[in-house]
Amino acid sequence: MSHKVIQALFDDDDVLLSAVKDLRDADYHIDEVFTPFPVHGLEKAVGIPNTRIAITSFIYGVIGLSFAVWMMNYMMIQDWPMNIGGKPNFTFAENMPSFVPIMFELTVFFAAHLMVITFYMRSKLWPFKEAENPDVRTTDDHFMVEVFTKDDSSDLETLLKKSGAKEIKTKA
Amino acid sequence: MSHYEAPIREPLITGNKSFHDITNDVAAPVEGKANKLWWIAFLIALTAFLYGLGAIMYTIGTGIGVWGLNNKINWAWDITNFVWWVGIGHAGTLISAVLLLFRQKWRMGINRSAEAMTIFAVFQAGLFPIIHMGRVWNAFYVLPLPNALGNLWVNFNSPLLWDVFAISTYLSVSIVFWYTGLLPDFAMLRDRAVKPFQKKIYSLLSFGWSGRLKDWQRFEEVSLVLAGLATPLVLSVHTIVSMDFATSIMPGWHSTIFPPYFVAGAIFSGFAMVQTLLIIMRKVSNLEAYITNIHIENMNKVILLTGGIVSVAYITEFFIGWYSGSSYEDYTYLSVGAATGPYWWAFWALITCNFIIPQSLWFKKLRTSYMWSFFISIVINIGMWFERFDIIVIDLSRGHLPSTWAMFSPTYVDIAVFIGTIGFFFVLFLLYSRTFPVIAQAELKSILKSSGENYKKLREENHES
Repeated sequence: MSHKVIQALFDDDDVLLSAVKDLRDADYHIDEVFTPFPVHGLEKAVGIPNTRIAITSFIYGVIGLSFAVWMMNYMMIQDWPMNIGGKPNFTFAENMPSFVPIMFELTVFFAAHLMVITFYMRSKLWPFKEAENPDVRTTDDHFMVEVFTKDDSSDLETLLKKSGAKEIKTKA
Repeated sequence: MSHYEAPIREPLITGNKSFHDITNDVAAPVEGKANKLWWIAFLIALTAFLYGLGAIMYTIGTGIGVWGLNNKINWAWDITNFVWWVGIGHAGTLISAVLLLFRQKWRMGINRSAEAMTIFAVFQAGLFPIIHMGRVWNAFYVLPLPNALGNLWVNFNSPLLWDVFAISTYLSVSIVFWYTGLLPDFAMLRDRAVKPFQKKIYSLLSFGWSGRLKDWQRFEEVSLVLAGLATPLVLSVHTIVSMDFATSIMPGWHSTIFPPYFVAGAIFSGFAMVQTLLIIMRKVSNLEAYITNIHIENMNKVILLTGGIVSVAYITEFFIGWYSGSSYEDYTYLSVGAATGPYWWAFWALITCNFIIPQSLWFKKLRTSYMWSFFISIVINIGMWFERFDIIVIDLSRGHLPSTWAMFSPTYVDIAVFIGTIGFFFVLFLLYSRTFPVIAQAELKSILKSSGENYKKLREENHES
């Protein structure tokens, strides 16, 4: 049995959305969609789970905050306490008010940068990475739906045509 | 269609545009050849930049004694320029982050260029404190590293150090936010590039963006979270800049109103700079369909609001200076003493440029006029420069002891460094406008159907609402 990829091109986001719904109603599994811009509601229609990237950002933020607390406590309270303008520095809590700005900045720094790095890793985006969109028009004004299938695909093709696909290609 | 928009709202994209037209229009400045005007502007900016670079090298080689600073006025042009540039930077983040959280769709036509402006302005800002250190090769002393003196750490109680963390976080987060948004647009340029070299460059820059559904889902989430992080960040940056002054005990600086007032002033000047750049760019790069009257008017409304906040702060400071009855308060930068003293011209330049002239934006006719908006944006840029000059120089010129009273006059090096940063800023912006997709075309395509003029007309004809 050979694997086949059916690639259907659309030229309108609303048509794409209704076509995806048609396919899902007919119990087809949609393997990939390439779009030139974010089509709202498409992820629900295709049925992919929500992204958890915001949760990672929260965790990174907590790490950043902890790092800031550890760093300033070590440098200003433990390693080399200094009398600066008479500000109390016997304990971290006494000196804490003037540490707030940097605690905040480092929280944001860690949360933002590590989240973006996570996004780049998970979505496989980095310099010299080859693009993988099968048709160059999908970054311009076309939308492509990919369905992997093993058996005869004529039913699927008819359904796609009926739903408004402009072009249908089959790749082995 | 991505969202519903009332038919009475003015379209954000004018003319009969399709998705493909947006691609073409955004790619046109990148793929076409630069015209004569661009080259003239570029050469002027480059000359100014090189002139300033020479002045910077002279300053570093000889020492900051070549500036007009004196014993009393030991902060002047440099810190004025620093605060001015940081303030200008704020508009980009405000447009891309705050307006994203408020779901203002009109941001999409202008956010890319506003963010570029932010990054280029923060570059200029960062130069000044570093040059002002005098011994720039010791600039790493501001980092929390064990230094040459042993483990003497940086002072975390100092707002100047907070500044180091705030500005570097702000700059790096802005760059990442901007770049992530650029990926799909670089991918668009990559996929239509004909020349092999161009294809290579844009394929490198686009990080292999393919536009998968999952990527878009993450992309949108990342943009939203970054906007949520950048919003308090941008407020914190100018708050901390204002604390450089507010935590001191100088009359005129020691003021609790500074943080919110500095933030409002920053947005005020930043939007003015966005206006200056975009009113020219929409013409030069043929983007009239995407940067329309409604964008200009909305920005003018923000300018009017933040200008109002700044003006109220001026009046408050002026009143409190007088009401305190303290003779030291009578020569702060907003006081009767300042208005009638030797720096009266700087005081009145501030009041005229930031308070009086922007009031004309109450009139819709002026608010929607490109010429007037451009004129007013220049006026505000000048006014906001004077605001920082007044805060620093007027306040420092009259201390508690009459023997410390002094006047400041800049040397040609001071002026050359400032001109140099303006040149550097425009060099970067002009290069950007020819090589980057200057409009977030992917985002813009997602609102074409709801906010495009042709689609709105079509719906009206079909009596859909």
